[in-house]
Amino acid sequence: MIRVVLPAHLRTLAQLDREVSVEVIGPPTQRAVIDALESTYPVLRGTLRDPTTQKRRPFVRFFACEDDLSHEPPDALLPEAVAKGVEPFFVVGAMAGG
Amino acid sequence: MSGVRVLVGTRKGAFVLTSDGKRRDWDISGPHFGGWEIYHVKGSPAEPDRVYASQSTGWFGQLIQRSDDGGATWQPVGNQFQYDGVTGTHQWYDGTPHPWEFARVWHLEPSLTDPDTVLAGVEDAGLFRSADGGQSWSELSGLRGHGSGPSWQPGAGGMCLHTIICDPSDPERIFVAISAAGAFRSDDGGTTWRPVNRGLHSEGIPDEDAEVGHCVHRLAMHPSRPHVLYMQKHWDVMRSDDAGESWYEISGDLPTDFGFAIDVHAHEPETVYVVPIKSDSEHFPPDGKLRVYRSRTGGNEWEALTEGLPQANCYVNVLRDAMAVDTLDSCGVYFGTTGGQVYASADAGDSWAPIVRDLPAVLSVEVQTLP
Repeated sequence: MIRVVLPAHLRTLAQLDREVSVEVIGPPTQRAVIDALESTYPVLRGTLRDPTTQKRRPFVRFFACEDDLSHEPPDALLPEAVAKGVEPFFVVGAMAGG
Repeated sequence: MSGVRVLVGTRKGAFVLTSDGKRRDWDISGPHFGGWEIYHVKGSPAEPDRVYASQSTGWFGQLIQRSDDGGATWQPVGNQFQYDGVTGTHQWYDGTPHPWEFARVWHLEPSLTDPDTVLAGVEDAGLFRSADGGQSWSELSGLRGHGSGPSWQPGAGGMCLHTIICDPSDPERIFVAISAAGAFRSDDGGTTWRPVNRGLHSEGIPDEDAEVGHCVHRLAMHPSRPHVLYMQKHWDVMRSDDAGESWYEISGDLPTDFGFAIDVHAHEPETVYVVPIKSDSEHFPPDGKLRVYRSRTGGNEWEALTEGLPQANCYVNVLRDAMAVDTLDSCGVYFGTTGGQVYASADAGDSWAPIVRDLPAVLSVEVQTLP
């Protein structure tokens, strides 16, 4: 299971507590994590990535293990600590105004 | 006893204001969707407890929310707005071709007869329809594809389709307006479209009388006379007596004919309301006085309505979707400001009082008259 921390607006939208765990099928990648999130919580479809292009929304950031993974390819493997559930995968709304 | 429900969209959430027919004491509910931009909230004329809301942010994109209990509780429905076919390009601000990109839903227009059918006007300008209560959306692409689309250009607020009016006497006839392309009409339920801008004159475009390219800010219609349309253009208040085939100016003695909102009295088709704004570069009322202007003659002669409105040091704006009327015997008129006030008049504009004063900037105001 991969632990995911969502920003407050998306937790409210999905009616979630601070952290969720999702089961990823196949290699643990950004794409696989978001696929699992959207499958488990359909209301999140389109909120993290554009539903047409599947590109990360510009003001959405992905952090883990104190690194910014936002610009990693969506099919790059996540850090082992994330894949093993030791560290969470953070979805963050970029600091950009109010 | 009858009552009203005022649906308010703001920069940071939605609010539902309710009152009985006297419209003196109000119950305030909200914020719903706190922190999100709510461009528009509108109820179904066919089923008043069915309400749709457009919820978005620059961070997390577009959502559509639906309520089946008059705005007490909500459920997210479909948010897939995919343009039909090859999207092509429109003009960018600098005149270069720019690909059509979905940004947000500006306006939701529920069907007059079916609560599950709703139209959505979006940025970049396009028209979508849902026939399943907002779960799925398909584009009425005849509008974007009718021929002039590549020449459309965004206004300062984006290239938005912001006005949708369904003709109550003809289910096949729909009017829309786009900034900055103009007004368009369909006579076949939205399949095909043509521009209806003859008579508009805009100094900010190369051909001042062009068929398209006008920055129409808002259209209004009285349901008893669907061939008569009123328009607040970027500059100029206009009127058409032939369903948009031709327009003539009715700005008359207004202090300025720039503005955004325009609406019509519920029982007097010749009584029209506007809120004059100083200019396109100074989006606030002239002289710091917030004044609604009313014409009882279908335009040209206007009277300032000031009782209860601030008449000094007021520098708010009233946006295009932020004025509405109820249908009670003494027509109620409502508008919201970018300063967060929602004003109501229970006597057709003669006097005003704030329902609330300190909401986030108001983007839209709609009213439902309840049995």
